[in-house]
Amino acid sequence: MSMPAMKTEVTAVALPPAAHAAPVVTMTPKRPPRAETYTRMAKEAAVRVVPPLIVVALLLLVWELICRRAGSSLPPPSKVFKDTKELILDPFFDNGGIDKGLFWHLSASLQRVAYGYSLAAIAGIALGTLVGQSVWAMRGLDPLFQVLRTIPPLAWLPLSLAAFRDGQPSAIFVIFITSIWPIIINTAVGIRNIPQDYRNVAAVVQLNPLEFFTKIMIPAAAPYMFTGLRIGIGLSWLAIVAAEMLIGGVGIGFFIWDAWNSSHISEIILALFYVGIIGFVLDRLIAGLGKVVTRGTAAN
Amino acid sequence: MQAYLKLDHIDKTFSRGNATTEVLKEINLTIDKGEYVSIIGHSGCGKSTLLNIVAGLTGTTNGCVLLENREVNSPGPDRAVVFQNHSLLPWLTVYENVRLGVDKVFARTKSRAERDAWVMHNLSLVQMAHARDKRPSEISGGMKQRVGIARALAMEPKVLLLDEPFGALDALTRAHLQDSVMALHQKLGNTILMITHDVDEAVLLSDRIVMMTNGPSARIGEVLEVPLARPRKRLELATNPAYLKCRQRVLEFLYERHSFVEAA
Repeated sequence: MSMPAMKTEVTAVALPPAAHAAPVVTMTPKRPPRAETYTRMAKEAAVRVVPPLIVVALLLLVWELICRRAGSSLPPPSKVFKDTKELILDPFFDNGGIDKGLFWHLSASLQRVAYGYSLAAIAGIALGTLVGQSVWAMRGLDPLFQVLRTIPPLAWLPLSLAAFRDGQPSAIFVIFITSIWPIIINTAVGIRNIPQDYRNVAAVVQLNPLEFFTKIMIPAAAPYMFTGLRIGIGLSWLAIVAAEMLIGGVGIGFFIWDAWNSSHISEIILALFYVGIIGFVLDRLIAGLGKVVTRGTAAN
Repeated sequence: MQAYLKLDHIDKTFSRGNATTEVLKEINLTIDKGEYVSIIGHSGCGKSTLLNIVAGLTGTTNGCVLLENREVNSPGPDRAVVFQNHSLLPWLTVYENVRLGVDKVFARTKSRAERDAWVMHNLSLVQMAHARDKRPSEISGGMKQRVGIARALAMEPKVLLLDEPFGALDALTRAHLQDSVMALHQKLGNTILMITHDVDEAVLLSDRIVMMTNGPSARIGEVLEVPLARPRKRLELATNPAYLKCRQRVLEFLYERHSFVEAA
């Protein structure tokens, strides 16, 4: 059966006739030329990028048409761009007080999220592990978690202001309390779903509890943890904008509120655009990190 | 002569709420050093439970397991298990999977370099040294089971416990792996306790075959000595009268006297 196939192979690479005596065909994978690879990559990129570009262009056009007439309550995109050109081109100015470029507002917000979210990630994974591992902890804590997690983020703000008497820690606390629940719950599910086989292996090898935690639990539950972490980062970005509107100072949320108070509608629209992009990037960042860390775990 | 591994009057009952099921009843078995013993029985007869008891993963209700006259009741590397579904940790490479056990067992007695060499030595025993940096998802089922065997061997267990190690493999791979295990047993002289439901496998590999009656309350029905000289050759045995006789005895036990009754 294989003979005809082999013959065509031999003729295809045009070996000298002597090669027929020893039918060993070395198959070197043929590498396509560089230019060909680049055009293929460009094509693939175009397939992804062109459709959203067309949709965005169409939406901008519709928006422009609707908002262009006189007396419209919202500015059309052309006006938004004209009004905010300076903010876009120079995000780094700092005139003291709250008169700062968008970069400083965004970086202040991101810092708060970084603090609150990191704390939530550490505490959430620890608590989730406890709840996943111990039946008693689950019975005791799970009802509490189920009730607390339904409280809207902003409802915590007055309480935390009362406790901390300062805007900065209060905002961080709101981020923390918003993003911790999905991390706890998903980690607990991940820990509970560790296959008995892995526990048996750990028992036979006699791993101590710390080794069991780092070598079995964390990697085995990592896919679930990252699901929680990804939901958590989304929620904390949602919460920070709202929290900053109330606490004031520097931050993208406050920037939006300030723009509304000064009737700079264009600036609000620009800020929303940045908030959306950064939220998207944060989500992708955690998803990418999860992909790297859980490589090998998901496929068995 | 003192027994090397001794199962002494083991009973096991599982209770769930008010319902109790007696799984194993009065299991007595002694295994000598270097002996290869198989436990065979229909599914659900509690043979895996018995292996888990020896491994220390499950406790006994009555009776105890003695290894070199010491009671063992918790899991440990002196009774390494090769699990049916290989149970390699998917986030570790082949090398790291074996190294995990080696690092624990030889933490004080071997240096870093010695442990590394020992891992590689065990991987080459099962002809898996070439795949040291592969992850379990990248190798075939038979290769995974080889690594599972290497992981168990590398712990230098006093008793090697095989829990239906070839059950999930195709017939050709299974035969190949059986030959490998036979060669390893010949070379290293391990004491092996194997669970199986394959009659040919039991006769080919074991010095003694322990036949279990059907559960609940399964007990040891019969113990058969396999009087075949080692090394054994699969092809020559196919016509060997002693082999055929052993095979016949096990088949009779399983299908005539204790034929499987569907629980439904």
